[in-house]
Amino acid sequence: MNLQRRKLLGGTVGIATVGLLGGAANALAAPEDVAAAIKAIAGDAEIGSGMITLTAPEIAENGNSVPISVSVDSPMTDDDYVASVSIYAEGNPLPEVVTFNFSPASGVASASTRMRLAQTQNVVAVAKMSNGSVFSDTRNVKVTIGGCGG
Amino acid sequence: MSAKPRVKVPKTAAAGDIITIKTLVKHTMESGQRKDKEGNVIPRKIINKFACEFNGNPVFSADIDPAVASNPYFEFKARVSESGTFKFSWTDDDGTVIDTEKKIEVS
Amino acid sequence: MKKSLLVSSLFVATALAHVSFSAMAGPADDKLVIDDELEIITRTAPAEGHPLSEVISGWHYRTPETRALEADSFQNPGMLGVEQGEEIWNTVEGTEGKSCASCHDDAAVSMQGVGASYPKWDADSGKPINIELRINKCRVENMGAEPYKFDKDGQKPLTAFIKHQSLGTPVSLDLSQGDMQKWWEQGKETYYRRTGQLNLSCASCHEQNQGKYIRADHLSQGNVNGFPTYRLKQNNLISLHNRFRGCIRDTRAEFPDAFSDTLMGLEVYTTWRGTGLSVETPAVRQ
Repeated sequence: MNLQRRKLLGGTVGIATVGLLGGAANALAAPEDVAAAIKAIAGDAEIGSGMITLTAPEIAENGNSVPISVSVDSPMTDDDYVASVSIYAEGNPLPEVVTFNFSPASGVASASTRMRLAQTQNVVAVAKMSNGSVFSDTRNVKVTIGGCGG
Repeated sequence: MSAKPRVKVPKTAAAGDIITIKTLVKHTMESGQRKDKEGNVIPRKIINKFACEFNGNPVFSADIDPAVASNPYFEFKARVSESGTFKFSWTDDDGTVIDTEKKIEVS
Repeated sequence: MKKSLLVSSLFVATALAHVSFSAMAGPADDKLVIDDELEIITRTAPAEGHPLSEVISGWHYRTPETRALEADSFQNPGMLGVEQGEEIWNTVEGTEGKSCASCHDDAAVSMQGVGASYPKWDADSGKPINIELRINKCRVENMGAEPYKFDKDGQKPLTAFIKHQSLGTPVSLDLSQGDMQKWWEQGKETYYRRTGQLNLSCASCHEQNQGKYIRADHLSQGNVNGFPTYRLKQNNLISLHNRFRGCIRDTRAEFPDAFSDTLMGLEVYTTWRGTGLSVETPAVRQ
């Protein structure tokens, strides 16, 4: 029974991977890759929390198209604005997803897009302010697979 | 395969308003992570850059990786203080650029 | 490899047969209003003789994010296909030098309601005809153009464009035409016939277990009022006959050809089951 169960699980994971990625050519990213990418943005700055809000569904019906939004508290003036927000996925083949570049003309630092998630994982958003300070927020998104594996 | 982008910008606004802009473009966003039936990696071909300018000044842009879903969608804000033209462009890995414009009347 | 696949197949089969339908969650209590303007009928009283007490659109069985995507015609990626269909509508093809618009002018007028009333009886072939086959008939007989092959070229976008002209219109079939009733009967038989290694009928999932989960998938009533539908899984418009074939394949059965008599009967019957629901084309599903 246990042996069969393990085989079934193996098979299920296989189907999920093929379904989402058509057979991954690379190994999956890891939280360390995302941490390294964030370090590259932040430099010596400490990574704060708050200020930035990442919105993502708790459960994504399909990993091929998952809606995400970010918004950052900022007056968006010429000398105090959000320069960029980068999105990372800890469990995708490549950790980078997208970087939004804002300007004072944005008025409000918020943006939305739709992303791919290869599996259930953490999504991380990192905001870099015009003064060099850095803030981040993380959401865990569960990715479901279809009823008949089809 | 011709991609006519969809862009939604209000036709009018008051000076100082913050408006919402929505954009959607048809593109398969081939990730470079998939293999064909013979087991060869299908080469990456994505929109790698999206940019929005207003009267020649940058408002918002996105540096895009293969994890952005097919038919890329971007929604963002802009503060408008004068009438003018928004220009939008999407740059493909192969160098081609899809672009479009929208005018707004600001009173 | 083969052996372990077989083992897991059998195990899946056993699991499905015994434990897999779980957790009654029911359809979401929500209202579909597209662009805050157009109210869509997503719940309605069933047609006479319908086995369910209420007919419910598949929209109610999806997550809040997927439901929101259909409620915004700008964000709905299926609209990219509809716009492509509009271009095809206005494009001249074939030896007669005609486009769809040459004869039918403005689709918003000429195609209004069409998507809510097909399949119809086609006396020429002595069979029901759906939008896809009606387009092909027009291409061959009036345009001097090649018929579209299944799911190829402009078939999906043009079908979606034509059906979209009936967005919001309740589905209503005329079964009194020709032998439509006979095809309805035949489609009903197909609907309830168990098939494949998993021994499932359409009714096993979409009637007896609708509202429950099969693994992580929330089973709908399988109504067809939103086809061609934008499916997130393929990130593309998916035709009704493609979905019929996919669903039958998933029961691990041989699956019939698109537009075969079996699937045309099933289209007549399943369309009738959704009588009274608004056309949602292009719906957005998982």
